[in-house]
Amino acid sequence: MTGTAGTGSRRTGPLLLGVRHHGPGSARAVRAALDAARPAAVLIEGPPEADALVPLAADPALRPPVALLAHAVDEPGRSAFWPFAGFSPEWVALRWALDHGVPVRFIDLPAAHTLAWETETGLPSAEPAEPAEPAEPAEPAEPGEPEEGEAAPAADERARLDPLGALAEAAGYDDPERWWEDVVEHRGPGERDPFAPFEALAEAMGALRERYGTGGHPRDLVREAQMRLRLRAARKEFGDAVAVVCGAWHVPALREKATVTADRALLKGLPKVKADLTWVPWTHRRLARSSGYGAGIDSPGWYGHLFHVPDRPVERWLTKVAGLLREEDRIVSSAHVIEAVRLAQTLAAMRGRPLPGLGETTDAVRAVMCDGSDVPLALVYDRLVVGDVLGEVPDSAPAVPLQRDLARQQRALRLKPEAPERELELDLRRDTDAGRSRLLHRLRLLGIGWGEPGASRGSTGTFRETWRLRWEPELSVRVAEAGVWGTTVAAAARARAESDAANAAALAEVTALAERCLLAGLPDALPVVMRALADRAALDTDVGHLAQALPALVRTLRYGDVRGTDTRALAGVAAGLAERVFVGLPPACAALDTDAAERMRGHVDAVHAAVGLLGEALAGAAAGAAEAGGVGVGGGPDDAAGPGRAATAAAGAGPGGAGGPGSPGGAAEKEGGGATSGAPDDPGMAAPSIDGADQDTAAVPVLGAGQGAGVPSVFGADQDTAVPSVLGAGEGAAAAPGPGVGAGAGSVGGPGGLRRRWRGVLRALALRDTVAGVIRGRAVRLLLDEGELAAGEAARLMGLVLSPGTPPGDAAAWIEGFVGGGGGLLLVHDERLLGLVDAWLTGVPAEAFTDVLPLLRRTFAAYDPGVRRTLGELVRRGPGKWTGSAAPGLTAPGFAAEPDAERADAVLPVLRLLLGPDGRQTTTHEKSLTGVGT
Amino acid sequence: MSANLASTRPKTAAAQHPGENAAALRPHAEQAFADELAALAAQDDRPRPARWRLSPWAVATYLLGGTLPDGTVISPKYVGPRRIVEVAVTTLATDRALLLLGVPGTAKTWVSEHLAAAVSGDSTLLVQGTAGTPEEAIRYGWDYARLLAHGPSRDALVPSPVMRAMAEGMTARVEELTRIPADVQDSLITILSEKTLPVPELGEEVQAVRGFNLIATANDRDRGVNELSSALRRRFNTVVLPLPESAEAEVDIVTRRVEQLGRSLDLPAVPDGMAEIRRVVTVFRELRDGLTDDGRTKVKSPSGTLSTAEAISVVTNGLALAAHFGDGVLRPADVAAGILGAVVRDPAADRVVWQEYLETVVREREGWTDFYRACREVSA
Repeated sequence: MTGTAGTGSRRTGPLLLGVRHHGPGSARAVRAALDAARPAAVLIEGPPEADALVPLAADPALRPPVALLAHAVDEPGRSAFWPFAGFSPEWVALRWALDHGVPVRFIDLPAAHTLAWETETGLPSAEPAEPAEPAEPAEPAEPGEPEEGEAAPAADERARLDPLGALAEAAGYDDPERWWEDVVEHRGPGERDPFAPFEALAEAMGALRERYGTGGHPRDLVREAQMRLRLRAARKEFGDAVAVVCGAWHVPALREKATVTADRALLKGLPKVKADLTWVPWTHRRLARSSGYGAGIDSPGWYGHLFHVPDRPVERWLTKVAGLLREEDRIVSSAHVIEAVRLAQTLAAMRGRPLPGLGETTDAVRAVMCDGSDVPLALVYDRLVVGDVLGEVPDSAPAVPLQRDLARQQRALRLKPEAPERELELDLRRDTDAGRSRLLHRLRLLGIGWGEPGASRGSTGTFRETWRLRWEPELSVRVAEAGVWGTTVAAAARARAESDAANAAALAEVTALAERCLLAGLPDALPVVMRALADRAALDTDVGHLAQALPALVRTLRYGDVRGTDTRALAGVAAGLAERVFVGLPPACAALDTDAAERMRGHVDAVHAAVGLLGEALAGAAAGAAEAGGVGVGGGPDDAAGPGRAATAAAGAGPGGAGGPGSPGGAAEKEGGGATSGAPDDPGMAAPSIDGADQDTAAVPVLGAGQGAGVPSVFGADQDTAVPSVLGAGEGAAAAPGPGVGAGAGSVGGPGGLRRRWRGVLRALALRDTVAGVIRGRAVRLLLDEGELAAGEAARLMGLVLSPGTPPGDAAAWIEGFVGGGGGLLLVHDERLLGLVDAWLTGVPAEAFTDVLPLLRRTFAAYDPGVRRTLGELVRRGPGKWTGSAAPGLTAPGFAAEPDAERADAVLPVLRLLLGPDGRQTTTHEKSLTGVGT
Repeated sequence: MSANLASTRPKTAAAQHPGENAAALRPHAEQAFADELAALAAQDDRPRPARWRLSPWAVATYLLGGTLPDGTVISPKYVGPRRIVEVAVTTLATDRALLLLGVPGTAKTWVSEHLAAAVSGDSTLLVQGTAGTPEEAIRYGWDYARLLAHGPSRDALVPSPVMRAMAEGMTARVEELTRIPADVQDSLITILSEKTLPVPELGEEVQAVRGFNLIATANDRDRGVNELSSALRRRFNTVVLPLPESAEAEVDIVTRRVEQLGRSLDLPAVPDGMAEIRRVVTVFRELRDGLTDDGRTKVKSPSGTLSTAEAISVVTNGLALAAHFGDGVLRPADVAAGILGAVVRDPAADRVVWQEYLETVVREREGWTDFYRACREVSA
């Protein structure tokens, strides 16, 4: 039977079935039409290279959703996808042909051209195919599929003419998708005439094309010329009884009478690359518009349901929803389903729709089953409307480009996949080794555990890495699986990292991921990861988590430094994280039991170290901008690596800066000190700031922008303001005019501000009685080491704690916090403190002594034997002789009483040589030694 | 039975003498919009459910506004997603009870009043839910003088608004359903599922006639409420009335209400509070949504509801401060304390949330320095 039989109204010639891609209604109609017409061949819109892959579609192991993946052989990153869901009309036609033993031909432009087109024209997102940009293959755009423009993801694409939109608007619909659903999808195949819907649609499209021409898709002309040529060839081979399944938009063009020569002329001289095609598994999520791959539908699960259910789609759908909600322990009874069906149907009637659509059923589910809440509804959307369906591809499918890319890199890096385990030492200063390290890290991100990092032997330098390599056969399978993430290792790893960041449950996971992204050389993934990190940090209420995340993040910053990565975004996030820790820490330290207090002390230490490092990391980037800010904004050099003294310059230049040409308003307002040049009518005045300490850092993004420095957090350098007195100074700066105060505030800059606020936090901890003793002690100690407390002050605080009013257990904990962890040298040097401890200890009542003994023993047992001995000697000598601060014979063995200045000075040249000639670095390292090393 | 009940029902003044009640402080919806309702009814040619004054389509038009074929303009009563109104009206048309949920200030009561007015032409069959609402308010009470004099009889029975609605096929309204004690709430179950109200004392029952339905409102984020039992809950279709979608809309609402309140409290007019109002709304929205307005930064949400109604009270309070103790201009310091009070409901957890918000969001925002300072001052 030929295609012309049985339908008088239809014109003779090939059966043209215009469809909406991924439309279940279209798919049903196509099936009905094919069943009725029984064509001798089926032509499908798609790259003709895929003809060879058609037999694979008959393999039961190939289960949709799948996609045809075309990629340039020499450049796996250049690729394009043609996805097929089980309910796609194209897929239905393909299966129909295979089931009936009818040949299938793909008739679109060859992928060889579509892939090449991009390089030639440089038009990134033009029709027909949208292969990924060569550099960024992580988001292969959707080629060929959404050509009606109704669904293409790119913004410019959407702005073009949307033919369905035009039709829908004419019909009074605001949403073209709904219009299509009402008019086409929800009207099953015509009972009497399976071809009628296609006729009507073709007419409508014909009218549209007459009016709009190519509708902003000039490339369609070329593609359609190709389709006509292929159609002609097929008609020569199979006669008129061929069926064409293509986007409805193309139907009028295929009916057009164009000459062979004209079509050939259009196709002449198209650029070409060597392309390879294969089937790859696809997922419903990728079919959904929101996932970024955008095949043009946002409810693949719903469409699949519509296509697969035999009848009563709404009832069945709502039953399915009820099942899902029950699994999640919501009480949903059959009565709920009944009411939901009634509501959906009445809503549809009220909205004038023939059948309840997704919108009506969703409204019904929300109102009846979810108590009006969107939270369970999100689950329904995720699991059912989109759905978790994952396609499968048989092993016999050709290799995915990711495999090729991996093989290429393995060759280039001379890294053979071998079964026996071997160890690999990498020196990251060498290009090849750095490349190897990146490759292995990326593979690890992808879950391809070829190499496991081991502990470096011998050297602890950050430039060394040790790997244990073993290639196991199942890794090939993993590579194939990872093919869904992208076509090159780098792109796939990036896509995977971004997805992992979005799905990570705990804050620490995201920080670890950030670290791995840097190791794997994936700076492009960092923004997404940082975003996820910032979000998690903002919502995490456990300060412990934040405090754990901060050190890892700061470490990442340092790594980035070593590897020359741009880590400014990271620095901003780290600073934000630190702020949150500062705010949350004091309340979190109250009312803790011993174990929790001990853990919290660990956090306090970790944060302290991290804040110190963070200050340095930020200062390096900030120095230049600080300088610019101080010297007068107009022409300030944008010197990111500026010398550390810049801060002083900024400080000293307070008045000068004020006279400078107007700095950007925000900077003036917030910088609070040296950079207050912004207010010309108010020269030399410190900007209004309630709390100088806080203002300094605030400034930051604004100043950066003004300078064009692009540094997200422009902090003044801090090294020179080692001891910016106490917190009060900042407040003193409030409204006081004059360069002196302004300079004080300005020079402290960002990291200074950060550190200063951290000191404020420590101070609050030290003075708050509800805070556990061990934390209070630790806080006092850290402040003392920072030079924040005069020795007398520390002694006063210690005296308070050790006075008889404090329970001995608390006091012992305080001592543990204060001098625990090997901090005994302090007691050796400050005899007043030792005296206090001694006096307290002798005053502890006998019954309490056994309670405090274990804790004290633990504290003192951690000291070096030498320190312990010295302490013992000091105590044995008795309290009477402790008045002098440095009496002869009191020092540790082997040291003179007084430092030998001459010998000490002799070391300086060497130190300078080691640490670099410029003063900034010297101070930096001194800082880190004193600030962190304790 | 029903005729008897109807005769005992005290008619509203408007029902008896329309127009005579114009001096009422706040006329009922069916009085205030009598013209629109009449015009809609006159031109409504769609099928109406039993005892409905209008068809569901006309009810939706009445709430959402529109222009009738003869040019009558129907003012919008509810400005918000169309979907909400459609689902609400459809729920009533499918004979299910409707539960309107939402934080204060989302027009729950307003919507319920207008729905009742449009569907039944009467929005006065109202039970106000409080912690002390007795079962009689929902079922029926007794006129004790008659009860003692003549024994239990129909004349001695005092029907509740719900009972009257059942007998007459009208729409009953229950305000603040979750404030009603749980056992009293549950007396609604029989009414909603069996559509009948037994009167055992008389050995009778009142069966609901077609057209009866019930609209309840409840506050879903309030504390100290009596959660609905699941048996009662599943008798309702639930519609959550959202907070204003855009900051602009919310600023409008706040400004309008603040003006009205200011007039009724005879506060001196404060010239330019727009900037502060906008700021208050922004702070409330950001904390409520857990996301800054630019969509870049997430923030923690405090335990309070931070409804539009609270924003209105913060601004009104600030205006009073500015007018009586300040220089007449609404300044950050005037609203800072109010905001702090609205945000920090739980002294420990919310304070951290607020300070984090101050430090990570407010401090870095351009032009917010004064506000930041004011907030620091009051929270210190």
